[in-house]
Amino acid sequence: MRTGVQAIIIVIWCLAPFYWMIVTAFRPVDYTYDTSLIPIPATLDNFVTAFSTQLGNHLLRAIGNSLIVGVSVTLIALVFGVTAAYALARLEFAGKAFLAGIILGASMFPAVALLTPLFQLFTNLGWTGTYQVLIIPSISFALPLTVYTLASFLREMPWDLEEAARVDGCTRFTAFIKIILPLAAPAVFTTAILAFIASWNEYLIASVLSTDATQTVTVAIAGFTGSQPHQEPYTAIMAAGTIVTVPLVILVLILQRKIVAGLTAGGVKG
Amino acid sequence: MAVVDAAPEAKAKSPRGRKSDKAAVKTHERRAALWLIAPSILILAVVIGYPLVAAVIQSFQKDAGLNAATGLFEQGGFAGFSNYTHWLLQQCGPVPCPPGTNGASFWTSIFNTFFFTITTVVLETILGLWMALIMNRAYRGRALVRASVLVPWAIPTAVTAKLWFFIFATAGIANVILHAQILWTSQAWPARIAIIIADVWKTTPFMALLILAGLQIIPDEIYEASRVDGASTVQQFFRITLPLIKPALMVAILFRTLDALRMYDLPAILTGGGPGNATTTLSILVVNQIRQGFNAAAALSTLTFLLIFAVAFIFVRFLGANVVATTEAQQKGELR
Repeated sequence: MRTGVQAIIIVIWCLAPFYWMIVTAFRPVDYTYDTSLIPIPATLDNFVTAFSTQLGNHLLRAIGNSLIVGVSVTLIALVFGVTAAYALARLEFAGKAFLAGIILGASMFPAVALLTPLFQLFTNLGWTGTYQVLIIPSISFALPLTVYTLASFLREMPWDLEEAARVDGCTRFTAFIKIILPLAAPAVFTTAILAFIASWNEYLIASVLSTDATQTVTVAIAGFTGSQPHQEPYTAIMAAGTIVTVPLVILVLILQRKIVAGLTAGGVKG
Repeated sequence: MAVVDAAPEAKAKSPRGRKSDKAAVKTHERRAALWLIAPSILILAVVIGYPLVAAVIQSFQKDAGLNAATGLFEQGGFAGFSNYTHWLLQQCGPVPCPPGTNGASFWTSIFNTFFFTITTVVLETILGLWMALIMNRAYRGRALVRASVLVPWAIPTAVTAKLWFFIFATAGIANVILHAQILWTSQAWPARIAIIIADVWKTTPFMALLILAGLQIIPDEIYEASRVDGASTVQQFFRITLPLIKPALMVAILFRTLDALRMYDLPAILTGGGPGNATTTLSILVVNQIRQGFNAAAALSTLTFLLIFAVAFIFVRFLGANVVATTEAQQKGELR
């Protein structure tokens, strides 16, 4: 089969379900199972329903919660991840492979193994319903991800500038602040996006540890209820899904090259 | 791709080239490195190490509760291996666990977890390899293909699950296309197939990107040389492409396997682990158990961890997915 045809099959396979979500989001409830490729008639009612709180769905609050958790997790992971990544990428020391292995192993750790003790610990501390119960466990995957992605970005940066700065009298620290950090800014930004997406998409920890007040978007959408019992409010769910994914998809497409580099950095390059 | 980019100058200045430097610099560097890496290790010890140890300790304790014999409230105490035999031998106290309880569904969930892992990883490897090979060719619109591959990856699994739940609804588009009336989420095998399809859709792109990165490391000259020698496309694939991308492929498979073994979101939302226990994975079983009693849940999560650890160990030890060695070789510029 010709390459072009195969490429078209790949594009359709990847985009069709996503397109179906967007199309359904614009269909009136009575047309939920309509099979037309363009939503005629179209309506914005589903988006209004998705945001209305009458049915106990708090999408807006959930988006706010996910932003709070995602930004906090990303910042914490970055602050601590940058230094570790620098050490792994640039310094030679005994036990480096071992520490690198530990951090990589941590990224493959099953989150479900953390939940039981943490649930009890947080209950004992009286932290139920707070944001830290969602932020702390999420660091278990965000920090290793940050260290690995950043380390592989840092490894590729030119060494000469940093060494020149140090010959000119900079300490390693000032050379890092003045030379490496500005150069690494795009890499740090990409890493931040990857960590944020990972946290935004997290469901297991949030579904067990969040309360109504701290519910995140993924939990909110999974638990969306409709006006009639036993009937899934599909069009409203697809509208909510569209709201929380379209900005993400646009962001990913804009930063495409960097994201792919970051993803493969964490994988192929260990 | 980045591996090839590593400039020769950078390589000359790599740590290996500076071995002649004074030992004092090395000591200083080592100390600096430890201070830089210590905070991350410390944090991981708190967020992963502590819960892991606590779970093991918990798993050997009885749940606090009413003692059936005395009618008094008791504060747990040492349970021996009873929390483990509860799962492994499906024993609830001295009697076998009644059907329908968590204890009775352990082996079903082991089957489901491995079934999902094997089928999805095999399908994702084959499809991912195909996608990567297509993306690696030069043609107009290649950028569009690479961009569209990122879309399923970017969508949260919870939303993916809801989306496929709608696609697989009785009156949904899947049945319309197939001209069928399949009850996708309320029959055991259709439910399993639904999960596999949704998971393959969601995660094949990630696999494809990792494999693509491996493909881009292969220099064109090798293919040119083999073409001169008269190698067919099939021969090129099996003799050149596959052996050369093997390290990247093995790491990608390892990543996906460990991810699939801890699968939760997709089956939990798409089928709720049902019908019955037909799609209950180990992670779903742990969460179900957390809602009933902590210590048995701790035993189950410890078992899950050991299982995933064992699989990772087998991969690294016997199948050549040596991630750390790959990293080290990379740093020394040996992996090219």
